[in-house]
Amino acid sequence: MTNDIAGIKKADVILIIGSDTSAAHPVIAARIKQAVRDGKTKLIVIDPKKITIADYADIYASHRPGTDVAVLNCLMHEILKNGWEDKEYIQNRLEGFEEFKAEVMKDIYSPEYVEKISGVPAETLRAIAKLFGTAKTASLYYAMGITQHTTGTDNVWSTANLQMICGNLGVEGGGVNPLRGQSNVQGACDMGGLPNVYPGYQKVTDAKAQAKFEKAWNCKLDNKVGITVTEMFDAMYDGKLKGLYVMGENPYLSDPDQNHIIKAMETIDFMVVQDLFMTETAAYADVILPAAAYAEKEGHVTNTERRVQKSNKVIDPPKGVKADWEIIQLIANAMGSDWNYQSPRDITKEINLLTPQYAGITWERVGRNGLQWPCPTTDHPGTPYLHKGKFARGKGLLKPIPFQEANELPDEEYPLILTTGRVLQQFHTGTMSRKTEGLNNLAGPMVMISVYDAEKMGISNSEVVKIATRRGEIEAPAFVTKRIQPGVIYIPFHYSEAPANRLTNSAIDPVAKIPEYKVCAAKVKKTN
Amino acid sequence: MQVYLNGKAYEAKPGETVLQLALRNGIYIPHLCFHEKTGQAAKCRACVVEVEGIPGLKTSCNLPLKEGLKISTNSERVLDAQRMVVDLALSSGRHDCLSCEQSGNCELQDAAYYLGIERPTYQLYEDNFEVDDSSEFILVDRSKCISCGRCVEACNHTVVNEVIGFGERGFATKIVFDGDIPMGTSTCVQCGECMQLCPVGCIIDKRAVGSGRNWELDKVETVCPYCGVGCRMEVQVDRKQNKITRILGVDDSPTNNGMLCVKGRFGFDFVNSDERLTSPLIKENGSFRDASWEEAIALIARKFTEIKKEFGSDAIAGLASAKVTNEENFAFQKFIRKEVGTNNVDHCARL
Repeated sequence: MTNDIAGIKKADVILIIGSDTSAAHPVIAARIKQAVRDGKTKLIVIDPKKITIADYADIYASHRPGTDVAVLNCLMHEILKNGWEDKEYIQNRLEGFEEFKAEVMKDIYSPEYVEKISGVPAETLRAIAKLFGTAKTASLYYAMGITQHTTGTDNVWSTANLQMICGNLGVEGGGVNPLRGQSNVQGACDMGGLPNVYPGYQKVTDAKAQAKFEKAWNCKLDNKVGITVTEMFDAMYDGKLKGLYVMGENPYLSDPDQNHIIKAMETIDFMVVQDLFMTETAAYADVILPAAAYAEKEGHVTNTERRVQKSNKVIDPPKGVKADWEIIQLIANAMGSDWNYQSPRDITKEINLLTPQYAGITWERVGRNGLQWPCPTTDHPGTPYLHKGKFARGKGLLKPIPFQEANELPDEEYPLILTTGRVLQQFHTGTMSRKTEGLNNLAGPMVMISVYDAEKMGISNSEVVKIATRRGEIEAPAFVTKRIQPGVIYIPFHYSEAPANRLTNSAIDPVAKIPEYKVCAAKVKKTN
Repeated sequence: MQVYLNGKAYEAKPGETVLQLALRNGIYIPHLCFHEKTGQAAKCRACVVEVEGIPGLKTSCNLPLKEGLKISTNSERVLDAQRMVVDLALSSGRHDCLSCEQSGNCELQDAAYYLGIERPTYQLYEDNFEVDDSSEFILVDRSKCISCGRCVEACNHTVVNEVIGFGERGFATKIVFDGDIPMGTSTCVQCGECMQLCPVGCIIDKRAVGSGRNWELDKVETVCPYCGVGCRMEVQVDRKQNKITRILGVDDSPTNNGMLCVKGRFGFDFVNSDERLTSPLIKENGSFRDASWEEAIALIARKFTEIKKEFGSDAIAGLASAKVTNEENFAFQKFIRKEVGTNNVDHCARL
């Protein structure tokens, strides 16, 4: 998030696009609902499903999955047409406006045309543009509904374009606010758990950064960008990748096109999995290492608003189990190195030294409420919102983003669009949440299908149906509802007995390398 | 601004009420409906005080402070009135402290203790309450409800789920879910906010019943392991069994302000699960066998070294984790970059 959670209530208008907030980020949803309930904030929700938080919205629009760029360009088309943009902000803080304007002012982004693309009535698009464009301060929230597309980067860029022309970046209560889906996905990125950057987003291709880390670690480092998770499984499948070390992840259920993932794991020579449980992925490993749970060790985690918080040790780990950092150190030393961390505190010190954004976030300083990065010095109070007065890169860059369709569209054989996501009561691949019986009683596998499509196919509520795509087939009970638009089905991806990712398309965004989980062509069949 | 509580001068903050000033200075005034999160309700009237120059008694939870105000929180007149209110609350329900889950953490019990009420004077209820155990995680025992309204306020204004309301009138007044249906079949999402704010033993953690008194449990603050909001929570632990018993949200946290969701509050069984792995495992001829740490680590080091030698560093890759700490992710990418010698490190940020 460019902004912070406390700022939610400072927005005059909140736009949620591509986030089932009350299911995936329930406490942020509560904060948004509080703001709406207080009467000071208007809410716009744009999502293919009529998600719970849409019930609190002033305007709700149901767009066809994969048409986000068309919808966002249309909003900007209307805003510019009516002069609702922040002219002074554009003049002083942005660049690339003319080229950007030439794109969004094209006729194909007129409300009438975009109605044809997205299914959202032109009148609704106009109303959203007016409410958002004329707001003093508006914030935008999104999650994987924006990013998990072959056009994911374009979608994100469009949200930034919108917030820039409206002057909503670098202000309290505004911002482009992606909601991070896991307790420390922000921290894992910040710490360089990515193939192109060292901790603190210092590029591996930057000679200065390379020299800095070579000096600190007393070694030679590679300056070639590594491969991403989706590329790893392709390389495994092709026999190019021989060894894989997996720490606390479950690609069997989380990665696209499950059959491909399984074949890749069967092909690889040597795979190590470090986890709490015998996960579906661990079953394919050559060695499994038992790791301590979050409550059994200490360290820090970084939340969606860049707040670094202390995660404390609550109970003792079971006998025979080690914390992840201890295990990594054992392997490093067994390979001939000389690591000597006595506790997580020693690693925190190294993070402070090598990660500029974390330099001031020391073990001693974090306190109960944590600190928000960037926090460059030990007397810096932390940064609740980014880009105040000036963008990180200097001027904010507006970029023309042409609309492109998703990689795989419905056709005669596969006439429906399949989109995936989470439900409130389960989490990711279920490794943690599915150990609580009550959560399983509340939420099992399902396929959400519109009343319109269900009637057409003679499918009744709870009836087990087959769902098939070009990658595979699963069975799940139908949840027949008016909350999803005709032509679209939705399956949560938590369940190994009905794995949504056996069906999903592994086509990826060319820049972010993120798979297109939110759109693929599917069909539904009765089982009897 | 200076005011006087029980004859002693105190400095008040702007906007503070008498109750807030008193509590901030360690002066207890019984209060059952007021909570910092749900705000002043002035319903229960347990917090009445006497103010010089004002006839009658005033509820302190909604009494604004004025320069020079002289307040008594403990005169006989005040204590008698408080005693009557608390006695009536005790008399209106079946408050059996002996076996009540909330004993030791009950605001009605605290008030009775402070006022020296040993047992209720009256029995104002008919013994025909039904316990609603229809929901997975939350138990509702209306025989203990004092109609303070905190749960109603919390559900409608804090988490804004709009499920709980008051039904019926007079003595029959009760909390209801949706149109008075069992909690488990209502639209309740079991976030547990009502349970956390209930001052008595009416709305409680169903699975924690009988698993330990409040004072026997250790309380440790940490961060929720589920989504990226980073809700701060208080984990209550049975030290003798090394087991998590219940989880509450931390009210003064800037991330969650005490709120949690159904996963964060109740989905902790995985930590103490019998299915946890407790020994390294090595696959031989298609099945796993237990191995020592020494053997497992040596095997991994040997294999990775061999692959590196034969196929180069880029033939190895690592997946870091969105569920472990910053320190561990730092160590992991350092291992892949420094010891393996490749930038092939990623995690499920995209998935």
